[in-house]
Amino acid sequence: MAAYAIRRFLGLIPVLFGVSLLVFTFVHLIPGDPARVMLGQRATPEALKRLREELNLDKPLFFNLAAYRKTGDPRRLFDSQYPAYLSRILRGDLGRSIFSKVSISEELRARFPATFELTLGAMVVALLVGIPAGILAAIRKNSLFDLLVMTGALVGVSMPIFWLGLLLIYVFAVNLHWLPPSGRLGIGVSFHPLTGLLVLDSLLERRPDVLADALRHLILPSLALGSIPAAVIARMMRSAMLEVLGQDYVRTARAKGLPERVVIWKHALKNAMLPVITIIGLWFGTLLTGAILTETIFNWPGIGKWLYEAIQARDYPIVQGGTLFIAGIYVVVNALVDLSYGLLDPRIQYR
Amino acid sequence: MVKVARTPTQQALRRFMRSSSGRAGLIIVGLFVLLALLAPLLAPYDPAKDRNLRMRLKPPTIEHPMGTDELGRDILIRVWHGSRISLRVGVVAVGLALAAGTLLGLVAGFFGGWVDTLTSWLIDIMLAFPSILLAIAIVAVIGPGIGNAMLAVGAVQVPVFARLARSMVLSLKEQEFVAAARALGATNPRILLRHVLPNGLSPLIVQATLSIATAILDAAGLGFLGLGAQPPAPEWGVMIARGFQYFSTAPWISLFPGLAIMLAVLGFNLLGDGLRDALDPRAARS
Repeated sequence: MAAYAIRRFLGLIPVLFGVSLLVFTFVHLIPGDPARVMLGQRATPEALKRLREELNLDKPLFFNLAAYRKTGDPRRLFDSQYPAYLSRILRGDLGRSIFSKVSISEELRARFPATFELTLGAMVVALLVGIPAGILAAIRKNSLFDLLVMTGALVGVSMPIFWLGLLLIYVFAVNLHWLPPSGRLGIGVSFHPLTGLLVLDSLLERRPDVLADALRHLILPSLALGSIPAAVIARMMRSAMLEVLGQDYVRTARAKGLPERVVIWKHALKNAMLPVITIIGLWFGTLLTGAILTETIFNWPGIGKWLYEAIQARDYPIVQGGTLFIAGIYVVVNALVDLSYGLLDPRIQYR
Repeated sequence: MVKVARTPTQQALRRFMRSSSGRAGLIIVGLFVLLALLAPLLAPYDPAKDRNLRMRLKPPTIEHPMGTDELGRDILIRVWHGSRISLRVGVVAVGLALAAGTLLGLVAGFFGGWVDTLTSWLIDIMLAFPSILLAIAIVAVIGPGIGNAMLAVGAVQVPVFARLARSMVLSLKEQEFVAAARALGATNPRILLRHVLPNGLSPLIVQATLSIATAILDAAGLGFLGLGAQPPAPEWGVMIARGFQYFSTAPWISLFPGLAIMLAVLGFNLLGDGLRDALDPRAARS
């Protein structure tokens, strides 16, 4: 197991290397002069020159053959853009925004808790809806309830998230005034978060008013973001449960005279949860990294919304750094899910 | 009574017609395609000239069953013509991804060695990005627009097909009919295209149908963010985004294009499920 874990993580190195290469290449695929694209037509020659120097745009991309030939020093061969970029990101420096000049790594760190909290909220929605719905649908196979769950799940995966978000805002914020339409906290709430996870912070600082406010803001975006995983988990839970219920040991348990309640909730559920847990893990990675649309609609100050604004403003260093960060998280979370499967299911042997 | 032997195609067709999701999907997708094809004949439309400010923001009536938008345009007509855009994006993007991904996967799986290592590395890199993020990043680089959105949405699907085709070749290439073809002197391209590919087509077809659903969703998302089709094109995502500004007073502007997306995506999802029941009965049962 430990050997497998080490190998799984070593296997991430070439992938992450490739990811950095791809993200680096992004900026150079922009047609025309990247500096001019970023600064616009009216930029002064001085500003263009400064940006080119800042981004090393005047050096060759990968190998500086000219410098190597001139000096004969093999180290000069790597005096070029990509090696400089790679050594920078390995030190945790993702560069700065062109316009606001903020450090991208710091901004990501500051915004990550918002995205993380939204992901947790969406996951809670997905689990609370998906798992019971799937189990009950499996127990009452072919009933009206089953039909409703399966139809709902199909509609759930077919709905555009951004549209569902708008509907939720229209119904619960604009019309009913039950919940706020956007943001994380109401205007005028004074609060200094410790970790940035507002729900946790308000508990730590004993501020029930902030807790209520944060939760109210969290509900609608979590519902929107959690809709697709809820649907997928319900389908998965149902089919896993049906498969387990058809197995011999369940028949044995019933034959022993165990009450149906114990058979289902104790014997069957344990094994049916295994494939579902993998799906949950993979969705966790997806939600953590894929909330661009949801965050934009609900004006949620996380990474996704920031990335979207950077794209609109052509702030390419942010696009580059943010994409790299997200891909990195996604890859690591998926590897962890892979490993956790072996811990949960002793039948799986890693070699 | 004489029992008639059925060909595999007939068997698959029977299984498909017995699958209720397959039938429902076929009806929805069929209607969708028919409406998209007939739109220019039944209701010619020029989005650039359509404007009637006296009819701005009118709720649904008999005359305008889906209401009108901020420029007084009939939403029904625009949703109807939007089906042409979404269908084209879905089919073209997935067609590109299917062709490129299958070729990549076939070659990688068949030749193995460093070709396979390199291809698998590329696939892993692309799968390291959440697909919508990758599509957004591609469009951010090559510029917004419906053509580029099509390319981006297609590009993010390439690794899906490449993986599928690769595993398909790996399981088929050791089989006897491939050895027989080789013994008869068939060339590698011939073995791949005439012997291996036709035998592994089913999962690719099922995946392509499901991918069209994803592609329509992704393209609408790009349109919504202003990175896909541009106004005044009657693209569904763009229409929802425009309606966003009038949402509290005229929700119908965003409501109907969203319903259209949902129905189209649902249709392709159902069709894909039905095709899986028909073509890949073993996968369907598990």
